[in-house]
Amino acid sequence: MRTRVLLGLAILALLLGPLALAGFAQTNAFIPLLVYRTGPYAPSGIPIANGFVDYFTLINERDGGINGIKVAWEECETQYDTKQGVECYERLKGKSALLVNPYSTGITYQLIPKAPVDKVVVFSMGYGMSAASDGRWFPWVFNFPTNYWSQASAVVRYISQQEGGLEKLKGKKIAHIYHNSPYGKEANSTLEDLAKKYQFELTLLAVDHPGQEQKSTWLQIRRLNPDWIFMSGWGVMNQVAVKEAAAIGFKMDHFIGNWWSASDADVTPAGEAAKGYKGATFHAPGIGYKVHTEVIKHVYDKGKGAGKKEEMGSPLYNRGIVNAMLAAEAIRTAAVKYPKQALNAEQVRWGFENLNLTDKRLDELGMKGFTHPVKVSCEDHEGGGPVLIQQWDGKKWSVVSDWVPVMHEVVRPKIEAAAVEEGKKLGYTQRDCSKEK
Amino acid sequence: MIYREAGQFKTSYGADQAIFPIVQDRVLVTLGILAAFLVPPLVADEYWLQAVLIPLVIYALAALGLNLLTGYAGQVSLGTGGFMAVGAYAAFKVTTAFPGLSILAVFVLAGLMAAAVGLVFGIPSLRIKGFYLAVATLAAQFFLIWLFNKVAWFTNYASSGTITAPPRTVFGVMVTGPLATAPVRYVVALGVLAVFALIAKNLVRGRMGRSWMAIRDRDIAAEIIGVRPLRTKLLAFGVSSFYCGVAGAEYVFLYLGSAETLAFDIGLSFLVLFMVIIGGLGSILGSFLGAAFIVLVPIFLTNVPHTLGLAMGVALQKQIELMVFGALIIFFLIVEPHGLARLWQITKEKLRLWPFPY
Repeated sequence: MRTRVLLGLAILALLLGPLALAGFAQTNAFIPLLVYRTGPYAPSGIPIANGFVDYFTLINERDGGINGIKVAWEECETQYDTKQGVECYERLKGKSALLVNPYSTGITYQLIPKAPVDKVVVFSMGYGMSAASDGRWFPWVFNFPTNYWSQASAVVRYISQQEGGLEKLKGKKIAHIYHNSPYGKEANSTLEDLAKKYQFELTLLAVDHPGQEQKSTWLQIRRLNPDWIFMSGWGVMNQVAVKEAAAIGFKMDHFIGNWWSASDADVTPAGEAAKGYKGATFHAPGIGYKVHTEVIKHVYDKGKGAGKKEEMGSPLYNRGIVNAMLAAEAIRTAAVKYPKQALNAEQVRWGFENLNLTDKRLDELGMKGFTHPVKVSCEDHEGGGPVLIQQWDGKKWSVVSDWVPVMHEVVRPKIEAAAVEEGKKLGYTQRDCSKEK
Repeated sequence: MIYREAGQFKTSYGADQAIFPIVQDRVLVTLGILAAFLVPPLVADEYWLQAVLIPLVIYALAALGLNLLTGYAGQVSLGTGGFMAVGAYAAFKVTTAFPGLSILAVFVLAGLMAAAVGLVFGIPSLRIKGFYLAVATLAAQFFLIWLFNKVAWFTNYASSGTITAPPRTVFGVMVTGPLATAPVRYVVALGVLAVFALIAKNLVRGRMGRSWMAIRDRDIAAEIIGVRPLRTKLLAFGVSSFYCGVAGAEYVFLYLGSAETLAFDIGLSFLVLFMVIIGGLGSILGSFLGAAFIVLVPIFLTNVPHTLGLAMGVALQKQIELMVFGALIIFFLIVEPHGLARLWQITKEKLRLWPFPY
């Protein structure tokens, strides 16, 4: 008798178990986070991961999720190493991941071929493969609000604004110091094209991983004496470069880092000497926006913050917030289109592709003026948003330019040509965007 | 009792010189190989194949190559990453230039290319030995990585400097590229490993391996008894680089899918060297055991806190993992300086007398 009851209970549990689990899964959107909180790139990796996690905690705590969908995430340490990144991705994708933020151009390159096969959205916000901006070839990859090529063109435009016009670029010497990896090399081809177009003298200087040793690079800079330096650095390389620039007495306000080379950790080691150093960005620094007050109120005051309260507002922390916000808004777009159901990755992909983040929506999110509106489409996964230039005054970053428009007419044809090339390498065919609904 | 060769008589030279003269060994190894080929593709999920078993098989091949050079011929090399890079980039250039060529042939050609480069960098081994040779091969490592990073021709002028494995089939089955499934890539990598392990085993049992070991144990004595140092050492470099080259090509084509030079940096050379040292210098089995140790232990350590349900920050978890891993390496080196292969040998000897040791 007793065994029978037990048996019955066991069968009941077996039958109901999956149902209970399914009910649990329905309210969740799972996002694997590939982070690097250790290793040579940790100074850059920690704030961005904290910003990301804090924003999602805010969404869960304040709003109860995105349109009722709770966000779940799991961190996995990659040390910015592609092999460990792939291991993390393989481990976490099985938990029905909707999207993945690789936080590394190298890992993004690994995941791009896997994305359409595994049906996971790769959201490389402002990094990764620039060619993937052409959504007709890379439906599963998104790199809005703007990519490396657009950024390089905007920085060149900013330089020309400082010099007094695009025609004044002629004969000027611009050096590009880059991390000798796919990430650092991305901007080179755009800069080369622009150098031809505007006839400035471009010098490309590579710095090998991890970038602690740059003496020879700066010796070359000293000989060359360029008018402007643009840098694509990451991790420990940035602070070394800023220190070296200060050591040779280079004019700091003529030294511009890209958006991965301009955060607090990059300038503080150089102390006073870093004053005047500039960096590109696509959102404002600081904690002066409503979203920060909300994060403090709903996350830090409840003791759920990922980092320390004082560390909020650094450019990379804010980038984590923007990254999480964009992902959340894309999921929300999908949730509006497919209401009252558990979203699958296919639907989230639709949400990314039809994301239209207006100024009004940014205002509602408490981010008006914090970042720029974005509109994504089937053809354009980049958005081509404008770029801000920020400057370090010795204590904090402040924005010193208006939104600098990118050179769409130069970058887009390059993207389309590169997308054909990269797409063919992977055996892809072009998608017809008029057939997308 | 079970593991006992009493009553197994050898009646021919062939039987006496077999790789596994004992019946039990033959059965065990055959079953092991069959299991390796059949069980994982049927049972393992994609995470296990992609993140654990495929790298394990490929690292084992690289470790095998380095073991031939360092373990058998006694020439210390820190250029493994560089030679693997030669294989990877050669395979990429060959397969993009001749898309019709079978990818298996491409792997062999990539190995030959790496062998040629290995021969060139092996020349200094005639004059310099030990630590100094290690430094010379270190130069090869840095030079090769620099070369592939600097010269855009090797990457077909890709703006990012990344090489991507294009889709290729063998007998109509997709083997490389994004659509190749993990079980297929695993079986191909394992097949290559099995063939080359058999070749390596026979190489070291034959004239070539004996001359390598003679050079390793006392080079002057070897020269006096008629082993030519130039030929022998260069051959060791060539064969070893061939293995590393094939492993490097597989590393990109079967495992990573796309790679940059950073994937082949000095860290990889050290990793493979550690595999050889921990597994056992001068042992084919040791190469496998070492690769398994280095690949499996960190992944095991990463997954332990999850399985136990311990909530722990990822940074702390990583640091603990590194510390435990380091401690384990030191532990094994103290317990058995001759590597894991030696532990296996001791077990076998004990097993022969079990259960009545005298």
